[in-house]
Amino acid sequence: MIDRLSLRTRVLIAISGAAALVVAAISYAVATRDTDLPLNHSVQAATLQGQRLLVVSDRKLATISATDPTAPRQAHAADCVRSYAAGDTTVCLRPKDAWTHTLVTMNGNLSDLKEYKLPGVPSRARVSASGRMISWTTFVGGDSYTSSGMSTRTGVIDTSNGAYLPSIEHFRVTREGKPYRAADVNYWGVSFAQDDNTFYATLATDGERYLVRGDFAAKSVETLAPNVECPSISPDGTRLAFKEAIDNDPLKGWRISVFDLATKKVTHLSETRSIDDQPAWLDDDTVAYTWRATDGVPSIWSVRADSTGKPKKIADNAESPAPIS
Amino acid sequence: MYLTTVTTPTPPDPAQPDPTQPGRSGSVRSRVTANVVALGAVSLVTDISSEMVAAILPVFLVLNLHLSPAAFGAIDGLYTGGTALLRLVGGYVADRTQSRKLVAGIGYGLSAVMKPALLLAGRSAVAIGVVIAIDRAGKGLRTAPRDALITLSSAPESLGRAFGVHRAMDSTGAFLGPLVAMAVLALTADSFDAVFVTSFCIALFGVLVLVLFVRDHRERVADAPRVEFSQVGRMIARPGILRLLAASSILGLVTIGDGFVYLILQRREELGIAWFPLLSVGTMVVYMLLAVPLGALGDRIGLRTVLIGGYVALGLVYVLLVSPLHGVVSLVLVVVLYGIFYAATNGILIALAGPVIPEHLRTTGIALIQTGQALAYLVSSVAFGIAWTQWGPRIACQVSASAVVVAIVASLFLLRTSPNSDNPEDNTEEVAS
Repeated sequence: MIDRLSLRTRVLIAISGAAALVVAAISYAVATRDTDLPLNHSVQAATLQGQRLLVVSDRKLATISATDPTAPRQAHAADCVRSYAAGDTTVCLRPKDAWTHTLVTMNGNLSDLKEYKLPGVPSRARVSASGRMISWTTFVGGDSYTSSGMSTRTGVIDTSNGAYLPSIEHFRVTREGKPYRAADVNYWGVSFAQDDNTFYATLATDGERYLVRGDFAAKSVETLAPNVECPSISPDGTRLAFKEAIDNDPLKGWRISVFDLATKKVTHLSETRSIDDQPAWLDDDTVAYTWRATDGVPSIWSVRADSTGKPKKIADNAESPAPIS
Repeated sequence: MYLTTVTTPTPPDPAQPDPTQPGRSGSVRSRVTANVVALGAVSLVTDISSEMVAAILPVFLVLNLHLSPAAFGAIDGLYTGGTALLRLVGGYVADRTQSRKLVAGIGYGLSAVMKPALLLAGRSAVAIGVVIAIDRAGKGLRTAPRDALITLSSAPESLGRAFGVHRAMDSTGAFLGPLVAMAVLALTADSFDAVFVTSFCIALFGVLVLVLFVRDHRERVADAPRVEFSQVGRMIARPGILRLLAASSILGLVTIGDGFVYLILQRREELGIAWFPLLSVGTMVVYMLLAVPLGALGDRIGLRTVLIGGYVALGLVYVLLVSPLHGVVSLVLVVVLYGIFYAATNGILIALAGPVIPEHLRTTGIALIQTGQALAYLVSSVAFGIAWTQWGPRIACQVSASAVVVAIVASLFLLRTSPNSDNPEDNTEEVAS
């Protein structure tokens, strides 16, 4: 039937079709403009009492009270999607445009110090207790979405000399006691120990996700235990808080847990909801983490690190908790 | 019937002279039929649509929907087989019903509808996985009927150029997609929803162009041989087809995949982060620029020669990945050779295969070759991963380069006869049965 139409008619239909679609696309863009969520917290400079947390709220840095969810927040101008702070160093993973992000280091007043390029989409950021070692993880897409999934990229910055290591994927691997190499090695969720050289991280390869202990100077890692993701070392250096995939299957969600480095014993904490976050220790007995509701809105919670007690909400509409002094 | 269409670029329809048929003089377009240009335009528009979504998908899934890529990746492996099966079924149905345009159209339409569906899928990893699976199924469904239509709309002596024009237009769309996405984001203050909706509108326009300007290749029902499933088996058993399937699968087996090539390149050159995406962009630009010249060259010196030349370029890429040559020179060489590989093989293989496959089973035959290659890619990437684990990337590359040499020798042997030589009698026999 269409073959019977003259070329002129077909061109006219094509042009009117194109015009209609352009109008449709533009109307949609205009209609949905400025529908950003209103800020639902008070923006005011207040002196916060007691322990404070640096968090990300509505993609901006904010400082909140670690103990009183109703206390006023201190909002900052800095745009960040992930952040962490320790020692004198604050790190912020910041959108540069719609699809590129940068890592920005900041001083105690949260003013920018240095900017580093990042590949892909920010996932994790950590600073060692001394403030010296910064680590980050991003998701890097396939070449196109017809090729398979996403991989991670994990890098480290040594702020003492500014050395920037864009990836740790070339580190030597000892897997279950044997030297190992594979193209599909992926790391995420790094946490540096007190000595600023030993680190813990997740190593995924061959369908398994391992806890590894790394030696940064020696550029090597060794696997310690399976099914441990996003480790976070406790202030006393004896335990790791982490997320454990339920039945070793990430599709079933994650249980927030603690791994004892001396006994290798795993303790499930009393939070039973699925938590996809790298936990942060508030003190030697308490960890904080982000829980995300089904509508995507994050909130920060804390729970005792020994399977007792109940999860307690610290802040609505906030994520990426980092204790600051 | 078959013999006449082999020598005629478009199906002659005396009652209705084709107004889209350009005069046969001079320029590139005039040597490529209007139908091929129309199919190229559909691919160009559709690739803009799909690549603009591909460009923002990781950010959208991870930062906007807060999906864990671990959950997302787990779904990913499940549907490769399903897509392959659908491609074969689609090819057979297109031949049986003589509706290549309709089957291709359903494929384009499915992918178009999945753009807004991505928005509606919400934060469910499963729903998003299903939407992406359907999108890919649409791609699998449309490729074979589209390529069959190109072969049926072109004279055999200009098939190389026809596929060159089509693939150049296709990759131009892929190149423009991310730029269009960038423009939409800039105009809408970073509204991802607007990118999906714009992508949907562009995809619909692609379907409209297909409906309006692409002509199906139908024979009169009385003349058309009935396509039975048993014919597919007999077609595969024919020496010409069997050799072609074997050669394309063997060649597929030595293709380790973009991911590995770029990964090794990035590691050995310690490429800065900003440079990394330029590797695939550079390869695509070379592909885009060389598709037409290499296709035309294939028409002059033989498609087989150009195809083999493409695999020589691939072998050189593997050699360069382990060579002592470093720095900008080696990077540029790899990108240029890799682009040549794509331009000399992607469309050329189908251009070479088309005339060998009987016309009434053309779509099924092309679907078989494409599925064979897709499965070979899967095997080769897994094998390369294992080789990497066993021996490290260096030896894995050396083994791959040696495998390319073996594959080239094997395919020279398999493709040794001129592709058209065993057609006429075979075909009449097929029609009679």
